[in-house]
Amino acid sequence: MIADLGRIALLLAFVASVYAVVIAVYYGLVRRDERWIASARNANIVIFPLILLSCTTLVISLVRGDFSLEYVWRVSSREMPTYLKVTALWGGQAGSLLFWNLLLAAFTALAMLRHWRREREHDLVPYALAVSTVTQIFFLGISNFVENPFLRLATPAVDGQGLNPLLRHPGMIIHPPMLYLGFTGFTIPYAFAMAALLSGKLDDTWIKLTRRWTLVAWLFLGLGLILGGRWAYDVLGWGGYWAWDPVENASLMPWLAGTAFLHSVMIQEKRNMFKIWNMFLVLLTYLLVIYGTFIVRSGVISSVHSFAQSAIGPLFFGFLGIMLISSFVLIVVRWERLKSHNQLESLLSREAAFLFNNFVFLGILFATFWGTNYPIISELFTNEKATVGPPFYEKVNGPLFALLVLLMGVAPLTMWYRTSLKRLGKMTRWPALAALLILVALFAFGVRSWVALLGYGLLAFAAIITILEFARGTQARMRKGESAWTAFVNLTARNRRRYGGYWIHMGVVIMGIGIIGSSVYQQETQVQLQAGESVALGDFTMTFRDVARFPGPDDLIITEATVDISRGGQFLKQLTPRTELYTRSGQPMTIPSARSSLTEDVYALLISWEPVTADRATFKLYVNPLINWVWAGGLIFILGTMVASWPDPEPRTQAVARRRRAVVATD
Amino acid sequence: MNGKRHLPLLLLLGLVALLTLAPTAAAQDVITDDQVNEVAKDLYCPVCESTPLDVCPTQACKDWREVIRTKLGEGESKTQIMEYFRVQYGDRVLAEPPRSGFDLIVWVLPIVAVVGGAFFFARYLNRLRATPPRDAIVPATPADETPPPADDYLARVERELRESS
Repeated sequence: MIADLGRIALLLAFVASVYAVVIAVYYGLVRRDERWIASARNANIVIFPLILLSCTTLVISLVRGDFSLEYVWRVSSREMPTYLKVTALWGGQAGSLLFWNLLLAAFTALAMLRHWRREREHDLVPYALAVSTVTQIFFLGISNFVENPFLRLATPAVDGQGLNPLLRHPGMIIHPPMLYLGFTGFTIPYAFAMAALLSGKLDDTWIKLTRRWTLVAWLFLGLGLILGGRWAYDVLGWGGYWAWDPVENASLMPWLAGTAFLHSVMIQEKRNMFKIWNMFLVLLTYLLVIYGTFIVRSGVISSVHSFAQSAIGPLFFGFLGIMLISSFVLIVVRWERLKSHNQLESLLSREAAFLFNNFVFLGILFATFWGTNYPIISELFTNEKATVGPPFYEKVNGPLFALLVLLMGVAPLTMWYRTSLKRLGKMTRWPALAALLILVALFAFGVRSWVALLGYGLLAFAAIITILEFARGTQARMRKGESAWTAFVNLTARNRRRYGGYWIHMGVVIMGIGIIGSSVYQQETQVQLQAGESVALGDFTMTFRDVARFPGPDDLIITEATVDISRGGQFLKQLTPRTELYTRSGQPMTIPSARSSLTEDVYALLISWEPVTADRATFKLYVNPLINWVWAGGLIFILGTMVASWPDPEPRTQAVARRRRAVVATD
Repeated sequence: MNGKRHLPLLLLLGLVALLTLAPTAAAQDVITDDQVNEVAKDLYCPVCESTPLDVCPTQACKDWREVIRTKLGEGESKTQIMEYFRVQYGDRVLAEPPRSGFDLIVWVLPIVAVVGGAFFFARYLNRLRATPPRDAIVPATPADETPPPADDYLARVERELRESS
């Protein structure tokens, strides 16, 4: 019964979204009637509670185990722990689209509540409302009429099929919501950009309005990517965290476009240039978000994540086409007015550096997009589906990432308008020399891989410059009498956007150290051992103790081995790698167990053990150097983004309030 | 007659010899899992999408790894084995598309795009610089003479400190 309530709420949300767009566009914008705009806005804000109600009823049905619903039957089972039953909300096609709707509605409602009163914003908001609600209509349409999670089975089932084993992990609680928040969040900057084009208010109001929204979406997307990598490392059992899988690429691509956008908006704010370019980037980010959802949801490019295939592909494709063409037409219509009359003074300037950055980011984006889509293209033309695996991306994107690190080092030293080569040379001379020394030291310590040498050299260069920037700023404050610590803290606190950015850069450097270390110097071996036997890898020795097979929760059969890890005869840690077999689906999982330290992870996998062979088991052992730097860097990256996006106290409103009080007082 | 009587004994001796010698004979061409994985890691599982053959846990992939082991035992090279899998299951088993025929495009296009993009980007930058200044905010002094850390930051520090004092 309660599911029917959810179904009705979902339908009402669709009606409200259609109402909001029609009223906002026709009565609000064509006939210019303020009251109708207010009505459209209210309708828009009501969408969120309606979808929330809908989601709540679905979660209740999942937790209660109402197997008369097809969706509940498909993604849950009686024996699943409650937290998985709740997260099953986004564990399948229909539910995850409903969840997408919820987050989009939350962002839109927040934006509508926030940007309303101030006059300059007032002109943009109705248009932004219409644009973001059009996106909402599309997704609500799919949830209502194509992938409705409230459909009932012809005959109610006794038990469900259970969640896809790959998704039965605590990572399920946090990774998909973060990614979806990132995805849906980018709708807001896009909506305001289109609002600027539609209304003709082409100044940088839309950029100022959406700066924080963009950062927040970018934060969630970054967090989603990092958590996804960690999840893969902990569960998928192949010793790595990023496989350039189409679904991973689908969430990386909007991140790349969004990162380019975050950098280039600064040019518009500072120099009032590249307005067309920024429009293009925000449009690209939005389209890649929809495209990413399309890839994940339609199963068009099959991948390990294609657990949710359905026939919604053509609909997404059509929607993408409509949004692409209409947005392009808008940009072309406003082309002349968007053109900047300011000129680029020098190729050695901050604005040029940001442009180089954009160029490289788009290069990586293009290569990734091309590689992700190539299987479809090859199938179209040669009838044979090609595989584009990690080697392709490493070869093509590797050099571009190196270029990006170099830019990350040099760009902060450039100034707006122009920087002389002499000054730039003077500022990069010592860092470059220091990086070179580090490189020589690495060589002396036996590092011979040119990828590692070049990579670490560039990372050292970027890190030194960033640290010097912090030092210079701190010194400047100290000269005004602040203590070193206060100066350092205030430096970031008082200029959060800039120094938050530098923290992000430091996070990237630390991640880079880990990525190069763990990919260039990864060691692995696979061996069959008898109880008591050992295998050596690098400095480490693994000794097989014993193995046990026992039933786990649900339909799970767990086979767990116990191994000892030691180094130079000294015992370090006991590990328990295991395999899990979900008997109903027959899907095997290889769950690793690792001994983790700052210098490396020893990562053990139980590949096979059959009771017949009694005490012989096959193991795979990895040594992943510096891999924890990836996670540590990721953490700094996220903290830096939080610093940069933390809301300011609103000085403008305070000033207005003060002025008003003054006026009242003089009256 | 005599020989016939000794047959069981001979057979037994032969069996003993076989049992004791066989492991040493086999040990010479035992193919380690690492050798198998060295080949398998550059192949993709033909059934499970996007999973390299060396990590795929399914039974089918175990069987394919045994095929690799057998072929390595027969003295085939990595290239030969990869070619065998390509002929059997198509190009999709290769971790990266071959650099020949239609698939060449997967490699060429990104390079063309980046180089071509760089060309147009450079031309665009040049045109931007060539436009006569219509902007009043061109600094009067050459930037060289502005003091080194003259960014907005220091100005801000100064302002803040003035405000707070």
